[in-house]
Amino acid sequence: MEYEPVIGLEVHAQMLTKSKIFCSCSTAFGADPNTHTCPVCTGLPGSLPVLNRTVVEYTIRAALATHCEIAPYSLFARKNYFYPDLPKGYQISQYELPLSSSGFVDVQVDKDKKRIAIIRIHMEEDAGKLMHDLSSERGAHSYVDFNRTGVPLIEIVSAPEIRSPEEAAAYLRKLRAILMFLDICDGNMEEGSFRCDANISLRPKGQKTLGVKTELKNMNSFRNVQRALDYEIRRQTALLDQGEGIIQETRLWDAARGVTSSMRSKEEAHDYRYFPDPDLVPIVVDLEWVKALKASLPELPNTKKERFIREYEIPEYDAEVLTSSKSLANYYEACLQIYAKPKIVSNWIMSELLRELKRDEREIEECPVPAKNLAEMLKLIDDGLISGRIAKSVFEEMYQSGKKADEIVKEKGWIQVTDTSAIERTVEEVLGKHPKEVEEYKKGKDKLFGFFVGQVMKATQGKANPQLVNDLLKKKL
Amino acid sequence: MKITKEEVERVAVLARLKYSEEEKGRFVSQLNSILDYMDQLDKLDTSSVEPTFHAVTQKNVFREDAVQPSLNLEVTLANGPDPDRGFFRVPKIIE
Amino acid sequence: MELYQMTAHQLHELLRKKEVTSQEITQSVFDRVQQVEDRIHSYITLLPELAMKQAQEADDRIRKGDFGRLTGIPVAIKDLICTQGIRTTCGSHILDNFVPNYDATVTMKLKKAGAVFVGKTNMDEFAMGSSTENSYFGPTRNPWDLERIPGGSSGGSAASVAAGECILSLGSDTGGSIRQPAACCGIVGLKPTYGRVSRYGLVAFASSLDQIGPFAKDVRDAALMLTAISGYEPRDSTSINLPVPDYTQSLSHDVQSLVLGVPQEAFGEGIDPEVEATVREAIRSLEKLGAKIVEVSLPHSQYAVAVYYIIAPAEASSNLARYDGVKYGFRAKGSHDLLEMYKETRSQGFGSEVKRRIMLGTYALSAGYYDAYYRKASQVRTLIGGDFEKAFGQCDALLLPTAPTPAFKLGEKVDDPLEMYLSDIYTIPCNLAGLPGISLPCGFSQTGLPIGLQILGNHFQEEKILRVAYAYERNTDHHLRKPNL
Repeated sequence: MEYEPVIGLEVHAQMLTKSKIFCSCSTAFGADPNTHTCPVCTGLPGSLPVLNRTVVEYTIRAALATHCEIAPYSLFARKNYFYPDLPKGYQISQYELPLSSSGFVDVQVDKDKKRIAIIRIHMEEDAGKLMHDLSSERGAHSYVDFNRTGVPLIEIVSAPEIRSPEEAAAYLRKLRAILMFLDICDGNMEEGSFRCDANISLRPKGQKTLGVKTELKNMNSFRNVQRALDYEIRRQTALLDQGEGIIQETRLWDAARGVTSSMRSKEEAHDYRYFPDPDLVPIVVDLEWVKALKASLPELPNTKKERFIREYEIPEYDAEVLTSSKSLANYYEACLQIYAKPKIVSNWIMSELLRELKRDEREIEECPVPAKNLAEMLKLIDDGLISGRIAKSVFEEMYQSGKKADEIVKEKGWIQVTDTSAIERTVEEVLGKHPKEVEEYKKGKDKLFGFFVGQVMKATQGKANPQLVNDLLKKKL
Repeated sequence: MKITKEEVERVAVLARLKYSEEEKGRFVSQLNSILDYMDQLDKLDTSSVEPTFHAVTQKNVFREDAVQPSLNLEVTLANGPDPDRGFFRVPKIIE
Repeated sequence: MELYQMTAHQLHELLRKKEVTSQEITQSVFDRVQQVEDRIHSYITLLPELAMKQAQEADDRIRKGDFGRLTGIPVAIKDLICTQGIRTTCGSHILDNFVPNYDATVTMKLKKAGAVFVGKTNMDEFAMGSSTENSYFGPTRNPWDLERIPGGSSGGSAASVAAGECILSLGSDTGGSIRQPAACCGIVGLKPTYGRVSRYGLVAFASSLDQIGPFAKDVRDAALMLTAISGYEPRDSTSINLPVPDYTQSLSHDVQSLVLGVPQEAFGEGIDPEVEATVREAIRSLEKLGAKIVEVSLPHSQYAVAVYYIIAPAEASSNLARYDGVKYGFRAKGSHDLLEMYKETRSQGFGSEVKRRIMLGTYALSAGYYDAYYRKASQVRTLIGGDFEKAFGQCDALLLPTAPTPAFKLGEKVDDPLEMYLSDIYTIPCNLAGLPGISLPCGFSQTGLPIGLQILGNHFQEEKILRVAYAYERNTDHHLRKPNL
């Protein structure tokens, strides 16, 4: 029996505002516990919430960037439940009347383009942090830090239209890029500023009705989202094949063991008793406000990608990589300002630059090679000052030292040798030193050509112009 | 609508309250008489009436995104029943 | 007359003329407290040292000429209102050791005005009740008859003014908790328009209904206090940004241009005949003073109690979820896991009326019942508001009794919650509509129990209702009668 996965994703992203959503405490990460708190975010008796305007603006911008409709009238609602990291005993969120709904994100999975619908986007407050004693014996403790309580969150709920773990990862990448392009979130999954929960069910291919779904939590990277979904698909398939039913439950992904396991909570099925929060007044968004925010939107990932393909005539794959982050896209275009060969720049960034950054686990923002420097180095190759091969070494030096290309070339004496007669002399020397190989080559062992090239390069410390070496060797052999 | 002992138990769980059997019994009858009294609202046709969730009609009350100093840690923890090394300590949930 | 028996405006004159000091006034009040408090029990926390210090500071200000109408005046504050560094219990075991680290907006305003804090007054736990019998700290007794209730939930604030244990006090009103105790204790009590006085620092019971307001010996004092505590608070999203007039300026004897409406539903079943007679007499008084009396109708007011007892407990069940023993307040001892701690803390920490309302509210919001109860009640609330809108199209203010009976006996309604709820029948509608309302004494029963007249106005029409109240009061001497203590 072939099953089709039906996946919906719920993303919670922390917004990059300076202060919390309902009070003026700082949202800065990493402070000592309970030092970014006040009566409002610790739920003291008599405290009241007041909405941070920037949170509304960021949410509207996110909605516009995902083609959502903005509700002209929306309300905050209380989601009531008990947990130590929830000081008021309720979370202020949105329920019946969210700020926006009915949008979409276009994603690319290999060669296929797909549009994933977004059901809704709304604002809510984050809870605090709860840490636990390792023991589970009676008498063990948990520790509450309210610094994170009240940090503004945006919740984005997709339609259950995702059909594979790959699609899920693509959707998340795109969504994250959009939020980062808008500067409303820093997209850090490990630190928890971009979180994802998944709902997944299987159904026989072709069936319209949905199967029983499980909710997956605790996936802290795109890779883990994919792995967790992969595992869950296999788990559910196995059960269904055996004729067993799926239990509707919440399962936690255990990255170390590579499995999902049931959150054995004997709690009641959640009855959150949502009702409109009487302490907060309705949000009324008029067209003027939306227009002003729309005008302030930056160029978004997909638009930028299309433009790169069109303007720079680079392949879709390249464009997708280069527009995966705003900083990277800006870096690319800054290079093109100085050295206007899009495909070459693209190749260098995608192979050399991103490789170095990945090895160091650095982001493009921390790249030690400014765009200008890379562009200027590429110019040196065109000018014939260095060969393409030497350029790779030059680049590595640039990355390590932060120095400019021409400085390094001068220091290291890596200027390309283009003097034809000098190379010719070296070629003759090399061929003279290896008469046996010359014999074998002339007899047909073509592979030896590379050997000769290598020897010439060695003799010139790699500085010989490769094209000239090739031409001269061919001539001599 | 009548409320049963099972429903009283369900609501008590939601509200994190506990009752003895005797209290539950008394509760059921008290709540039932109160809820019976509420039934009179069913007489009214409210199908085209918007609910009132706020007593006065204000909208768009905002504050600017600016940081103000938070409370001192000692002050924050001062009322805590069991403060510990900067945290509020609570018994752990036992699964 | 003793200093503790005077009104704030009288004392202000004496202070201004330097005929008396704040310290003398404060001493007089504390002597009175000493004399009667063990019979009345108005206070949960008395603040003699703080009061004397504040009185000294007030006298300094008065000497320098930098003072206002509340400077040096001893006031009492309902224990539902946060006072920094001073225990604020809300009449509950679950907060009996809670000391707020911040002041409510009204507390700040009183401090700025230079008032002197006598203490925090007794109340029904978390403002849930109409008799002050639901206090963890024991009941307050009515100064007019110690076997009777002072009204609730602000019973302590009302009794302390009536007994001379303070000059002015603050209470809170969600379904009548200022107006009804004012009527029971024979004093003036005013609930402002929703949003007129900030709720920042008022421990929430039902957020869309709660308002803080003054208790006073006469209408002028109530106007004075209202002026001091009103105003916009940016930390409160439901606070209305409108300028605060000097409410004492609206006090006039003239009601000739006013049309006063009497709702036909006002004298329904269950009203005590003495109450009816006394209130009708008051209405006639106002007519004689030149006001035009018309009959109006509030057809949906009969549903107000049902609506209130769904909405208020629903909001309360959510507002009281924060009392979980984690961050402040009482935590039950000996709990070894979280769930046990929650249940023990809340079951031991809350009294039975609070628990009953939490259960009722939780039920009304729970899955499957939200539409039938909470949403339905909110829709009927719109209809009730609509009634008032229509009525105010025909008149300037409404006249009706404050309570269906004078103060009942302690213990009389404790076992019948529904009966207790029905005693709020006249006060509840105005909270649902967010309107201002004032209660003032309009007579006494045969047995000498005070009876209250209630005047309701349209939104932000405090000036109008104060004007009607003042005109009526100046024409009678009910406000001059004092209990025999």
